[in-house]
Amino acid sequence: MTAVEDRPGVPSDDAAAPEIGRARRRKEDARLITGMTTWTDNMVLPGMLHLAVVRSPVAHARITNVDVSAVREAPGVIAVYTGQDLAEEQGSLPCAWPVTPDMVNPGHPSIAVDQVNHVGEAVAVIVARSKAAAQDAVELADIDYEPLPVVLDMEEAVQDGADLVHDHLESNTSYHFVFDAGEMGTGSDTDQAFADADVVVSRRFVQQRLIPAFMEPRSVVVQPQGDNYTMWSATQIPHILRVMAAMVTGIPEHKLRVVAPDVGGGFGGKLQVNPEEILCLLIARRLGKPVKWTETRSESLMTAHHGRDQIQYVDVAADREGNVKGLRVRLLADMGAYLRLITPGVPALGAFMYPGIYKFPAYRFECDGVFTNKVPTDAYRGAGRPEATFAVERIMDELAVELGMDPLELRRKNWINAEEFPFTTVAGLAYDSGDYETATQEALQLLGYDELRAEQQRRRESGDPVQLGIGFSTFTEMCGLAPSRVLGSLSFGAGGWEHAAIRMLPTGKVEVVTGSTPHGQGHETAWSQLVADSLGVPFEDVEVLHGDTAISSRGLDTYGSRSLVVGGSAVVKAADKVIAKARKIAAHLLEASEDDLEFAGGKFSVRGTPGTGLGIQEIALAIFAAHDYPEGIEPSIDAEATFDPENFSFPHGTHLCAMEVDTETGFVKIRKYACVDDVGTIVNPLIVEGQVHGGLAQGIAQALYEEAVYDDDGNLTTGTFVDYLVPAASDLPHFDTGNTVHAAPGNPIGAKGVGEAGCIASTPAVVNAALDAVRHLGVTDIRMPLTPERVWRALHDGGDGGERATARTNAQAVDSTDAPSTSGGAL
Amino acid sequence: MIPAPFQYVRPTTVEEALQAIADGGEDVKVLAGGQSLIPVMRLRLAAPETVVDLGRVAGLRGVRDDGDAIVIGAMTTHSDVLSDPLIAEHAPLVAEATATVADRQVRHRGTFGGALVHADPAGDLPAVALALDAEFVIAGQSGRRTVPAAEFFVDYLTTAVEEGELLVEVRVPKLTGSWGMRYEKFNRVAQAWSIVAVAAVVRRENGRIAEARVGLTNMGPTPLRARQVEEALAGAEATPEAVAAAAQRAAEGTEPSSDLNAQADYRQHLATVLTRRAVTAAAGL
Repeated sequence: MTAVEDRPGVPSDDAAAPEIGRARRRKEDARLITGMTTWTDNMVLPGMLHLAVVRSPVAHARITNVDVSAVREAPGVIAVYTGQDLAEEQGSLPCAWPVTPDMVNPGHPSIAVDQVNHVGEAVAVIVARSKAAAQDAVELADIDYEPLPVVLDMEEAVQDGADLVHDHLESNTSYHFVFDAGEMGTGSDTDQAFADADVVVSRRFVQQRLIPAFMEPRSVVVQPQGDNYTMWSATQIPHILRVMAAMVTGIPEHKLRVVAPDVGGGFGGKLQVNPEEILCLLIARRLGKPVKWTETRSESLMTAHHGRDQIQYVDVAADREGNVKGLRVRLLADMGAYLRLITPGVPALGAFMYPGIYKFPAYRFECDGVFTNKVPTDAYRGAGRPEATFAVERIMDELAVELGMDPLELRRKNWINAEEFPFTTVAGLAYDSGDYETATQEALQLLGYDELRAEQQRRRESGDPVQLGIGFSTFTEMCGLAPSRVLGSLSFGAGGWEHAAIRMLPTGKVEVVTGSTPHGQGHETAWSQLVADSLGVPFEDVEVLHGDTAISSRGLDTYGSRSLVVGGSAVVKAADKVIAKARKIAAHLLEASEDDLEFAGGKFSVRGTPGTGLGIQEIALAIFAAHDYPEGIEPSIDAEATFDPENFSFPHGTHLCAMEVDTETGFVKIRKYACVDDVGTIVNPLIVEGQVHGGLAQGIAQALYEEAVYDDDGNLTTGTFVDYLVPAASDLPHFDTGNTVHAAPGNPIGAKGVGEAGCIASTPAVVNAALDAVRHLGVTDIRMPLTPERVWRALHDGGDGGERATARTNAQAVDSTDAPSTSGGAL
Repeated sequence: MIPAPFQYVRPTTVEEALQAIADGGEDVKVLAGGQSLIPVMRLRLAAPETVVDLGRVAGLRGVRDDGDAIVIGAMTTHSDVLSDPLIAEHAPLVAEATATVADRQVRHRGTFGGALVHADPAGDLPAVALALDAEFVIAGQSGRRTVPAAEFFVDYLTTAVEEGELLVEVRVPKLTGSWGMRYEKFNRVAQAWSIVAVAAVVRRENGRIAEARVGLTNMGPTPLRARQVEEALAGAEATPEAVAAAAQRAAEGTEPSSDLNAQADYRQHLATVLTRRAVTAAAGL
């Protein structure tokens, strides 16, 4: 913590200083990091039963026989349900984003009935008196499978005559989504632009499959009380979950309460309506008893939705001077076996961001959503926008090489200049504000660019086995999801507003109810800072309530860097209404005209009469007593507000990575990382920096470490954290971070969103840096993640380093020698 | 996850432990620090009938001076190894390799003997024991026997410790003369297992390499000695060129596995690079 103390900008003790801009330590952290909270899995209810899920050990098969008789006989087992048992009532898990009118959605059973389509799909659910009894019984389930051909490779899956994931469908393609700027009138004709171009560069990039790897495993508890149900779930989206679960199960929405208690991370991985949430509801309804399901880490890695997994075909057109003329993007996006909540929308969300910060006159995007026998993909930090940024920032480097230009000069020549904001892009988005040049200049200084370039030259000349490279990435993203009308135009199944309420308690304390449910972001602190400034009350006097649909009646939860931008704005709007209502009371009690009152520092005073005044906390008590208040108004200064932004916000930044590549081993090591982000107004610098650091860690992890690998049979080979490499602090460099501030014009705070920034910008910066280090040795691309082996193979064999080996890992070898045979695929 | 049910015994002496193993039924697992066994049981990849926990066998923990060798008790934790003055003085290579094992939490519970008996080919300590010509003292109900490192590692996850036996201590000979040592580990993230690692122990004499011992981690189902390298180095001039030439032979005769981190040919390449680096450092070049 001393490192924190020493930082500039850490809170002063000056109580009069504004809260916005203070690096407050998070008020929720004491309970979160000392175990003094109740996570979902900590819930214990009288008579509670425990679920364990029997999962498919095969990727694609017909279920020919299910024998659970031995399970029923096992000690402690109360019931066991198969897909057939629940077929009539389980409905389909919802997909809320039909990106095209003719999108094919095969439906997504919570439990497989007659066919399994990915390893780990639920085939039976065991209910027992204890978790151990339920898990012991998993091994007793005897299920016969008749194997079907396994579809894993997207490029093969879209060929005519390919094996089908869903054999009742015509193909493995769920949808074909097109955005053509020429047709939309936001740009010129793309084919013409390419026909006329001096230079065209085409590349194929692979966005590997990633696993969100949140810290707290998913967990669900359902308690039936008569015909009412309460569901506690480790979810990002209690409000959305309530609506969706009601629609899926037929439980009326007003009979279902959903609570997200403190939730330990999500990164998009808990933006989902999970099969197990529905199964818990169905089984609790059948048994009339409370039930709990908590996943194991193995289940989490195998069955919680994954992210990314796209193949990108990118073409850029330019003239010889380096002016970009057109951009063409074609995607294959792996849906996995089913469409979950926003599976098809993730690549579509990126569709508008491929032009990045550059002034492409022509742009065309098309994407095929492809079914495979893998767990579904869905939101993962950045959702569509990291993929877009990667593609454009990688292709700009490739274009620079083709033109023999400095990659920064090429970018500068084509990016939007500060004086051009607001700027409507070729994708039709109105970028709100920013200054790419200033952010870039500051980042170059933070990195020590000139010295590193000189060192790079020296290493090249001396043939040093350790080569040095510098990679650029600029980015912008559409944040603050989102304007509801825009979401409607994209066929998204909900709006993008957010709701807040403020309750003024008799003692002057303040309860803030937010519909933006946190899962680790620090809403309680940031919202308290907002309210402290708005109402002029002490930071400590504010309590933030969230995550329980019985307390927070309206909300759309946390994802897409939307919480502060939309949810925080709703809080500020609600505070404005509190002040407006209190003003009437104050005028009455001070016997003054409303127009003569000014409100500052939490106090109404009569203009020109110093010393008189009434605090808003005193007014709260007065209106609680309600002995004396004006005629014709209600005795309350509580207020609520719903904020629906008119536009997205567009944070941006420049990220620079200096990378050492050991050409003898292929080992890559980040020498230095510098970034300057513009996330608009900063409410809490400590939280912002934490978000940037965490985002960088995840973005760097995509570039260097993480990859979900399936073997040829569709088994997840990276099924533990031994094989799915999540970097720790010791694997990451010091981050030199900075900010420029251009307030977002579209919300009262001026915030743009920071949750995804680091994750979006860092991946291409890291890959560009590695390539810059070895490009003179003939390397033009390296497949992510840049494992030492891939880097070494790219150096020595050419190509991009190739696919990974899919041979058995040590952990699996243990499996073959020591594992008890488990027909049910015990986890 | 929750392990399958098992019987649990916690003896306090080696004799009690051996009796518990004998009485434990068909499938007995010995629990040392539990850093490999417990995860495997939780994943239900192992479901022993009985677990014999050595955590209270105080006599198995600690390091002592035994004249021409130091003796490391099998239940000495990695953390204890790292702070032990005898190891620092006489076998710093053990400490250097131990410092790379997993993370601080694992090193706090994991044990020296447990890591050796587990004999994971990617584990760091077996190759070190091999390079240091350590001896393994194994206790059975009929008495104790000593097995040299070269005969201790039999196969994948398999050692000379037979059913009903226990590893009780490891004797590491004190090295006399001008020795240098180096453990060169290659992995992707700090807490990961070795993809390949090389333990080098080198004695210099009059500008030449008098003797070199090179242990290879994860170059086959067991740790290996790179004998061709050792022979090429014996008596060679202590120059970077001589070391580099010898290190080229590091992968000869090896049959490493292919997995997510590395295919066999890449492992063999790494072995030559890491051997060169380890020997160069150990030789003080």
